Amino acid sequence: MNKLAQLEGANTRHDAGPILEAVHLRKMFPVRSLNPFGTKQAVHAVEDTSLALHPGRATALVGESGSGKTTVARLLAGLYTPTSGTILFRGEPAKLTDGSHLRTYRRHVQLILQDPFSSLNPVHNVHYHLARPLHIYKHVRNKAQETEQILSLLNRVNLSPAEQFIQKFPHQLSGGQRQRVSIARALAVQPEVLLADEPVSMLDVSIRLDILNLLLRLKEEEHLALLFITHDIASARYFAEDTLVMYAGQMVEGGPSDEVIQRPMHPYTQLLISAAPDPGHLSADNNASATDLPARGEIPSLIRPPSGCRFHQRCPHAMPVCSQRFPGRTELGGGRWTNCFLYGDGGT
Amino acid sequence: MVTSTLLEVKDLNVDYLASNGTVHAVIDVSFSLQRGEILGLAGESGSGKSTLAYAITRLLRPPAMITGGEILYNPRASRDEKEDTINRSPTHVTLTRLSKRGNQEHQKNEVEEQSMDLLQLSQAQLRDMRWDELAIVFQSAMNALNPVMTVGAQIMDVLRTHRPHMGPDSRKQRAIELLQLVGIAPDRLRSYPHELSGGMRQRAIIAIALALSPEILIMDEPTTALDVVVQREILTEIMRLREKLGFSVIFITHDLSLLLELADNVAIMYAGRIVEKASRRDLYLHPYHPYSYGLLNSFPSMHGPRRKMSGIPGSPPDLRAAPPGCAFHPRCPLAFDTCRTVLPALRSLRGEDSEQLVACHLYDPRFNAEPPSTSDLARKYEALVEGSSVQ
Repeated sequence: MNKLAQLEGANTRHDAGPILEAVHLRKMFPVRSLNPFGTKQAVHAVEDTSLALHPGRATALVGESGSGKTTVARLLAGLYTPTSGTILFRGEPAKLTDGSHLRTYRRHVQLILQDPFSSLNPVHNVHYHLARPLHIYKHVRNKAQETEQILSLLNRVNLSPAEQFIQKFPHQLSGGQRQRVSIARALAVQPEVLLADEPVSMLDVSIRLDILNLLLRLKEEEHLALLFITHDIASARYFAEDTLVMYAGQMVEGGPSDEVIQRPMHPYTQLLISAAPDPGHLSADNNASATDLPARGEIPSLIRPPSGCRFHQRCPHAMPVCSQRFPGRTELGGGRWTNCFLYGDGGT
Repeated sequence: MVTSTLLEVKDLNVDYLASNGTVHAVIDVSFSLQRGEILGLAGESGSGKSTLAYAITRLLRPPAMITGGEILYNPRASRDEKEDTINRSPTHVTLTRLSKRGNQEHQKNEVEEQSMDLLQLSQAQLRDMRWDELAIVFQSAMNALNPVMTVGAQIMDVLRTHRPHMGPDSRKQRAIELLQLVGIAPDRLRSYPHELSGGMRQRAIIAIALALSPEILIMDEPTTALDVVVQREILTEIMRLREKLGFSVIFITHDLSLLLELADNVAIMYAGRIVEKASRRDLYLHPYHPYSYGLLNSFPSMHGPRRKMSGIPGSPPDLRAAPPGCAFHPRCPLAFDTCRTVLPALRSLRGEDSEQLVACHLYDPRFNAEPPSTSDLARKYEALVEGSSVQ
């Protein structure tokens, strides 16, 4: 797998290689059962997930709710311990078990949460929220430095006049402003990797692009590696160079965003794209919108997931082999890959 | 399908009385809804779209107050016209058997000959009218269903209240029909809401709303909490049912790209007022109001070249102290002096008899001789992108 990742790194014209890499990550959540003698059950939330984040590049992770994309972000942030698999930071396996290692890791990898209304502490003001990471990671030595850094952070996320925002409480801020404070809080640590878990889905439509543009600017300026988790495939195309598609805990397709969205290969990606609202139909002079969904239904239960490819029950092209085992990764050239028997079997 | 006006809202005003100032949530809103039409209401949160919907259903509670206006409802002369077999039997049953309140029913029928103002109805009249004529689908299906009642019981509850003369068997029969109508297997009748997925719960809510075959269905962000695939299924379902049953829909959402696929006409609300109303095609091809343009371009597209997009700068105004003149002027890249003082009225463009109405001085020959084209709007917004990238 390492070899494969290196190949990929070379393909995507990045000599530096990935900064953060997940190799064959798996996560199972045990389900508490009332019967002590019953079989142990678990939610198979993430199965065999590999991804790589490069500095100055955004990678989007797209999927429905329940597809495990948030679990991937939390695994990468060190909030969950993977059941198996490794996380490589700068090529070294990251130790995420004890406090001091975890703290060193989090100095480099920060998470932005989805809901700006619950991720800020309502009894503390903006100053407190931004001063905490500065102190914990020892980026400041005295009060003057602290204030100076907080003001510069607020300016970087376009909260001006910063002097006024510094003493505001979360309830005095709008949703967009709160999310800017969350982003500033993540930046205070001076990370190299930002994991953004649906950073705009709770915000008003007109504000979403502002926040996305802010993150894009920060990515350019600070050369951050960004993981952008979203369910909106159109904003993935807008925001990220690379797009990964996840279904029921399995990665099914990945590659350059434009390629994935213009020419989806995996039947699930095709379904996602045909279901997304697209006013482009109107200009195309046909009123028949894409009402015929190739596959109805919802994500299956992950306690007893379908065998093989988890999409086979909904897949219009399902073959007998699809229910027997999960297809390997098939390289399609140009950084594209998919896990689908329609395109090969990943060389096994 | 008869195209006649079903609902007409005239100069509706809704205020929220608060200790630190009155919030004018809906200001002088007028529109009409045709039979069988899907009208989309779009806007940011706080633009008053949900308040407007609740005002139409008279569901607002203090501190909200309807301070003026009329909501005229023109019911069908007789409800027997419906061709659909699924609806015929229960509707007939009720219309013929509602003898318990025969006198009232008679009076109501007389009133129904002309239009009635929903704002003048008494609570008892409202109770008859709600759900029978006007049903609402709330935003979150998780909260709208009772967690300790089975889905079937909740559907039959509606029937028991509004159709007291239906027997238990016919109620159950109707509930099964309704579930089939929205694509749920009838054996789900005995399921509790937590046993259903999000999409199925939303379908169940729609089934309850359709239980009495209403004339108007108000849907307040019915798909916001759902995934795209499920959302697409629900929308397809709504379109299919509309074809079949011929009700009108007021569809409220912040997702304009959704409305452009679904609605016949779209009204854009900003700070309590309708700023533009047009058919979906007109709105998509040439939005006139700068706010509509900004809203349309807040959604990244899946096709075409990738370009930097700007969204709309700033944030929605505090409705306790809305800016004078056009409420959008502090955020508008094309605002000029008149916008800051004079309130624009909703009017059709340069006296043309087009269906597209806009409330913007840029299109008023008295203030601006040369109305901007869509590409002018695009240029102004693109200038904003440049500005922000310099920052």
